[in-house]
Parts: sequence; C-alpha cells; structure tokens
Amino acid sequence: MSTQTKAIISWIVTFIVMLIITLPGLWVILSGFRPLQEILAKPAIWIPERLTLDNFMNIFGLGDNQIGIPVLAYFRNSIIVSVTSTAIAIIVGISGGYAFARYRFKFKDTLFLGLMLSRTVPGIALSLPVFILWARLGWIDTHFGLILVYVALNVPFTIWLIDGFFRQIPKELGEAAEVDGCTRWQAFWKIEFPLAKSGIASAGIFAFLTSWNEFALASNLTRSTNSKTLPVGLTDFIAQFTTDWAGMSAMAFIIIVPALILTFLVQKHLIAGLTFGGVKG
Amino acid sequence: MSVLTNLKRKMFSEQATPYMLLLPAVIMILIVVLVPLLFSLWTSFTPYKLTRPDTIWKFVGLRNYQRIFSDWDFWVAFGRTVFFLAVVINLEFMLGLGIALLINKITWGQRTMRTIMMFPMMFSPILVGFQFKFIFNDNVGILNNALQGLGITEQAIPWLVDGWLAMGAIAFAEIWMSTSIFAILLLAGLFAMPKDPLEAAQVDGCNAWQTFRHITLPFLMPFAYIAMTIRSLDVARAYDVVDTMTGGGPAARTELLWTLIARTGYDSANMGMANAMAYVSILLSIAFTYYFFSKLVAARRYMGGAQ
Repeated sequence: MSTQTKAIISWIVTFIVMLIITLPGLWVILSGFRPLQEILAKPAIWIPERLTLDNFMNIFGLGDNQIGIPVLAYFRNSIIVSVTSTAIAIIVGISGGYAFARYRFKFKDTLFLGLMLSRTVPGIALSLPVFILWARLGWIDTHFGLILVYVALNVPFTIWLIDGFFRQIPKELGEAAEVDGCTRWQAFWKIEFPLAKSGIASAGIFAFLTSWNEFALASNLTRSTNSKTLPVGLTDFIAQFTTDWAGMSAMAFIIIVPALILTFLVQKHLIAGLTFGGVKG
Repeated sequence: MSVLTNLKRKMFSEQATPYMLLLPAVIMILIVVLVPLLFSLWTSFTPYKLTRPDTIWKFVGLRNYQRIFSDWDFWVAFGRTVFFLAVVINLEFMLGLGIALLINKITWGQRTMRTIMMFPMMFSPILVGFQFKFIFNDNVGILNNALQGLGITEQAIPWLVDGWLAMGAIAFAEIWMSTSIFAILLLAGLFAMPKDPLEAAQVDGCNAWQTFRHITLPFLMPFAYIAMTIRSLDVARAYDVVDTMTGGGPAARTELLWTLIARTGYDSANMGMANAMAYVSILLSIAFTYYFFSKLVAARRYMGGAQ
C-alpha cells in the first residue's frame, strides 16, 4: 500500500469516527429547531424543510401552545445552584489544594485518599441517606440543600486539579517573596495565585459542569419549581405527556449551550490538569 | 482569656496551617458524605420504611443483607452491572486508543479533531440518555428510519423493548459518552512520548506491530490507567442513562444495581433494604477505583522517570 492510499484511508476512517461522535448530538440540537410534525414524519424528512423557534417559545410559555413546564424557573434554579456551589467549591478547593501542594503534614496521604474515596460513592447510593436527613432538617426542595451537596461533590476533584496546578509553580517563587518581606499570605496572593489562575478557572468550570449536569441526586432532593434544575425538568416531558420530542430537544439545546461554550474555553487546561495530576501524582 | 490566646496561637502556628486550610473541605465531606453514610449504615440494619418512620429504631442485624444476598433479582442486577462495566470500559479503552493513534497520525486539522472529540464530554448523562432514547426509538428514531429508508429492514426494530438490544443500546450510549476521556488522555500520552526509543527500535529491525506492542503501549498504559481511574470515579453515571432510556425495563431486563437501589428505596419506600444494596454498590465502586489506581501506581513505578 502506498503512503498516499494509507493517508486517504486514515482520513476516511477519521471522518466516520468524527461523524459518529458529533451526529447524535447535532441531530437533537437540530430537532429543537424543527416543527413536531417534521420530526415525527414517516418516512423521515432528512433535510429540514422549515426551521423555527416555536419550540423555544413554547417551552418558555411565549408561544401558542402552552405547555405547563416552567422551564424559566428551572433555568434560574440551575444557574443559582451551579454558580453558588462552584464559587464555594473553588474557595474550599484552593485552600485544600494549596495545603496538599505546599505543606508536609501528618495523615497527608490518608486525608487525600479519604477525600478521593468520598467521590467514588455513587450519587444514587448517597442520595438515600441524604434524602432522609435533609427531609428531617427541612432542606429538601431548597437551593441550600442542593448547593451543599454539590459543593461536597466537587471539592475532591477541585482539590486534585488545583493541587496539580500549584505544584507546577516552583516553590522558590513564594519563598523568594517571603525573603523579600512578604507574609506567607501576600506571597500566595501576589505571586502564586496569579500564576495558578487559569488552572483554577478550569477547575471551576469543571465543577460548574458537574453541578449543571447532575441528575441522580437532584432528581430526589428537589420537588417543585422551588429548586428543580434543568436536568430534572427534562424528565417532566416524559412524565406529563407521551414524550414531547420537540420540546425536549429545545430544552436539551438550552442545557447544552452553556456547557459547550465553557468546555471549549478550558479544553487546553483541562487536558493539562488531568494529565499532570495523574502522572506526576 | 489566656486559654483563648493560647488556642489562637496554636491555630495559626505553622504546623496547624495545613489542617486549617483543609478544614472547610473536611467539614463539607463530613456533613454531606460521611455522616449520611454512617446513618445509612445504621438504616441498613433496620427494616426502615419511609411510610413507617418509627421502624428506624428497630435493629434487625444483618437481615437485610441476608435477604438481598439470597435474592436472585439482586444477583442478576449485580452480575449485569459488573459485566456491563467490564465490557464498556474495555471497549472505551480500545476505541479511545484507536482514535488517539488515528489523530496522532494526522498532521492537518489535528487541533480541530481534538476539539470535536471533546463534544460528548459536554453532554450531561441525562442528555445522553434522552438523545439515544430519541435515536433508538422504534417509531420516530432516526436509526430505524434510516434502516427502513435504506431497505435493510422492513419492520421497525424494537431497540429499547427487546432486552438484549436495549442493553446494547445503553452500552452504545455509555461508550459514546465516555470514550473521549480515553482518547484525550491517550493522545496526551502520545504527544509526550520521546522519539528516541521508537527510532532505536526501528534501527534494531522491529516491525510496526512490535514497536507498538513493546514500546508505545507500555508508555501509554499509565495514561490509560488515569483515564480508567477518572472513569471509575463516576461509573454510576450510567444510572442517569439507564433511567432515561429504559428505566431498568422492559421487565427488569436492563436493571443495573443503581436502578434497583432507586426502585427499592424511592418507589417501594423500602429504605433499609435499599441502603443495604447501596452499600454493596459503594464497595463495588471503591473496588473498581482501587483496582485501577493500584494499576496506575504500578505503571508509574514501571515508567520510573515520570516523577
């Protein structure tokens, strides 16, 4: 086989692989912009004949078809819960990550292992006791209850990533600043934090995405428009109707857009963070 | 007053700093994970039902565990879960390796490919479930539409109704969702790989397969184990996918451990029993993570220089 045919074959295979990766998601996104009749048509209409924003108008209650799903409230809940839990997880993560990266102390490895193991608990298994306890404390169906859970869910991974980023910064930089008369806090805040900033940002986005996408816990800890998030709201379409595919696709689009933008922003840091944290352990 | 200043001095001493820095994280984990897990350990020894709150004080020892271990449905779900994970993670590794090698070869548009590869990572598991429920739907799904349009089948194939087909569809969704983690990390491994050993192997007369088998693959394994460790941290995400696609049905033929727990705990309100099952699932997750992590540590040691 000549090198040229080899190159062509690898291009074709790559193309097919990329198609399989992108097509299912794009099909759903596209369906969000198509009228229901066209989605359900038999035989299938492959090339969209008409694109419309009706599905979005409908799920936000602006269109002709009133569907009783308060997407706007779900969206608000998702934003509040994800942003708050991310902000807290980042602060807790910086503090914990810095401790692991810069200090030697007793039980360091045990603590690290314990934190990581807490992350392995399956969401649905954790949801059972949390559900019972939160019910007694009156935290079911509140933002606070969900935010608390998401912070704990995100902290181990945030610490892991941030620890990795701090470790890439030479210790000597902070030490030099201290010799020059900075306090430890100033050395951290003026020297080390700015250097780790982009890494911390990507850890934050990772935490945000986890909260934004979480389902197993949210579906059991939320009840109503008070706190239901978008992923939980998505299942409303199945429960209340014989699956409204057009509305669901439109809502899927709303869930995916923020995730899409954020992931593109940090992809480079994300890969670096995961690799560094793991290999250099 | 002197006690207080003494305490203050201790809290802000150099030795105490790391503990103080870690305190918020530990408190968080304590409230949300550790205390609830201790509580659920207790309830797993009681016949606690949500409908009868006083049953929480009745200690029945290991009865729930005895009952689930002699329950055939539980073992079927357990076996299916382990089998499912083994198949899915292996396939993800192999496909991820294939994709990484492919993209590594391509010189033009490599960056774009890598970005496209991350596409599934942005999808919430619940969205992945919905998306493939839509695609595999026997009536309106594009897969059946395409197959029928091309004349491959006359009848609509009941993808999510037949037990085996449904399991396959779920596995496909799982693999679609998680292969990119492997591909991305293995690609990072390929980029980091030194060129000298490859050239040396060529000089020594190794063919392409031998070079791959004895040089590239051992170098990539730590990266594969990182991917597997990360992956094993959230294997239970499959719950979201299964819950949307089939809900464990038809007739429990796609029931995984996690959907069984949800059904026992929330639908039947049988919390004591569900918590006993949940403990089995927690141990399973820890076992998976521990296994891959120890492999990672071993591979790192084998690589030696990685520190």
